[in-house]
Amino acid sequence: MGSGRLYAAVAAGGFRRYATYRAAMLAGIFTNTVFGLILVYTYLALWDERPHLGGYDQAQAITYVWIGQALFKTLGISGGGFEDELMERIRTGDVAVDLYRPADLQLWWMAADGGRALFELFARGVPPFVIGALLFPLALPGDVMAWLAFLLAVALAWVVGFALRYLVALSAFWLVDGTGVVQMSWFVGWFCSGMMLPLNVFPGVFGDIVRMLPWSSVLQAPADVLLGEADPLGTYAFQAAWAVALLAAGRLLQSMATRRVVVQGG
Amino acid sequence: MAETVGERTPARVREGLRAYGLIAAMWIRSTMAYRTSFALTTFTNFAVTGLDFVAILLMFSSVDALGGFSLPEIAFLYGLSSLAFGLADLLIGSMERLGRRVRDGTLDTLLVRPAPVLAQVAADRFALRRLGRVTQGALVLGYALTALDIDWTPLKLLLMPVMVVSGGAIFCSVFVAGAAFQFVAQDASEVQNAFTYGGATLLQYPPVVFAQDLVRGVTFVLPLAFVNWLPASYVLGRPYPLDLPTWVAFASPLVAGVCCALAGVAWRTGLRSYRSTGS
Repeated sequence: MGSGRLYAAVAAGGFRRYATYRAAMLAGIFTNTVFGLILVYTYLALWDERPHLGGYDQAQAITYVWIGQALFKTLGISGGGFEDELMERIRTGDVAVDLYRPADLQLWWMAADGGRALFELFARGVPPFVIGALLFPLALPGDVMAWLAFLLAVALAWVVGFALRYLVALSAFWLVDGTGVVQMSWFVGWFCSGMMLPLNVFPGVFGDIVRMLPWSSVLQAPADVLLGEADPLGTYAFQAAWAVALLAAGRLLQSMATRRVVVQGG
Repeated sequence: MAETVGERTPARVREGLRAYGLIAAMWIRSTMAYRTSFALTTFTNFAVTGLDFVAILLMFSSVDALGGFSLPEIAFLYGLSSLAFGLADLLIGSMERLGRRVRDGTLDTLLVRPAPVLAQVAADRFALRRLGRVTQGALVLGYALTALDIDWTPLKLLLMPVMVVSGGAIFCSVFVAGAAFQFVAQDASEVQNAFTYGGATLLQYPPVVFAQDLVRGVTFVLPLAFVNWLPASYVLGRPYPLDLPTWVAFASPLVAGVCCALAGVAWRTGLRSYRSTGS
C-alpha cells in the first residue's frame, strides 16, 4: 500500500531527526541517571522501613525506578514528543497546510512520534537502565519471552501515551494560551503514571482509582509485566482498551476542531 | 559587546538591577493583561509543584519514618528546599531558555541593547506564576514549623531567613552556571535540570538516605547541602552528615557568596566565547 510507505517514511524521518542531536542525547542520559539515583536511594529507605511494600521486594522496587527512567522520555510521560510542534503549528495556522496533505493528521503525527520513540528507547532509555543495572542488583527475568512480553507492553504503552498527548495538543485549537493546561497535564501524567511512586503503593480507594486511569498503562503496566507481577494478556487488554478509547476521542476532537475552528490567515 | 571590563562594579550592578526591574515589570504588565489566565496558571503551578509532596504523604501512609526522619521533619527539609528553589526559579528561572536563544540567534538582539546581558536574560519572560511554587513551599514549611517541637533559640530563629536567602542564592548560581554552560553545549541544556530540579528533589529527603559519596559530592563539589541539609540539621538538632563540625551550619551565606562569584566568572567566560549563528 502506498499510504503504508508514506507513514513509514514519516516515522523514519522522526527517527533520523532525533538521532541528529547527539549532545542532547548525552545530556538526557545524564539527567535520567541522576534522577534515577535520587529515586533509588529514597526507595531503598522506604523499602528498608517496609519490606514488600506494594508487593515489591527491594530489588523489584529499584528495577522499577530504572524502568521509569528508561521510559520517561521514550513515552513522553511529561511531554517532549511531537506535541509542542503540533501546538505551534495550530497556533500559527500552519496546521492548515497539514490538513491539505493527502495524509491523515493523527496517523501522520503518530508515525513521526513512533520514529522518535524508537530512537529514544535505544539511545536514551537503554543507557540509564544499563548504568542502573551495573550499580544496583536488579530483579530482571532470565528468559527471552519475558523481555518480548515487556516490549509488547511498552509498544502499547506508547500508543496510549501518544493518544493522551494528541488530545493535549488538540486543545490548542480552543485555547489561545494553553500553557497552564499543558503544564498541568504533564504533571498529572508524571504523577498518575507512577514516575514518583509505583501505583501499587498508592493506598486505599485513591490507589484503586489511579490504577484504573489511562496513565497506569504507560509505566506501571509494562513494569509489572517485566517484574512478573502482572499477567501479560490481561495487561495488554487493559492497555488496548485505553488505546482504542483515547485514539477514538482524538479522532472525534480532531473532526470537531477542523469543522468548527477557523484557521487564522495572514 | 555590552559586557565591558574595568567599569566600576557597584554602578554596573545598579544598572543591571535597574534593567532587570524594568524588564520584569514589563512582563508582569503583559501577564496582567490576561488576569484569569494568570490566576489559573499560578494556581496550576501551585498545585502541580505540590504533587511531589503528595507523593511523600503517600509514602508516609505506609511508614512512620524515612531514614529515621518523621513526616514533619521531612516537610521541614521539603519546605526549605522548595522555598529556596522556588525563589531562584522565580527570579532567574528563565535562564534555562538561553540555549534556544543561542541556537536561533536571538541572543544577538540582547547584545546590542545598552543593558547587561545577564540582567536581560534573567528577566526574559519573567513568569510571576512561579509564585505558585514559592507559596507551596512556604505552606509546607509552615506546616512543619507548627507540627515540630523545635527548641527555639535566637540563633536558630536568625538562621531561618539566612537559610532561605542563601539557599535561593546558591540555586541562582546553579542557574547562571547552567546558562553559561549552554554557550558551550547548546543542545545539552537538559544537563542543568539534573542540578536544578534534581538538586531540589534531592534536598527534600534527609541526607542519611543517600550514599555517602553522593552526600560528599553535594557538600564539597556542588555545595547544595548548604541550602538546607546542614543548617536544618542544626535547627532540628540532628547529627550532621559526614560528621562535619557545628559551625558549617552557619557557613551558608559564605558558600552562597563564593558560588555566585564563581557563577559570575563562568557567565563572563561563556559570554565571551559566544559566537553568533549569523542567522
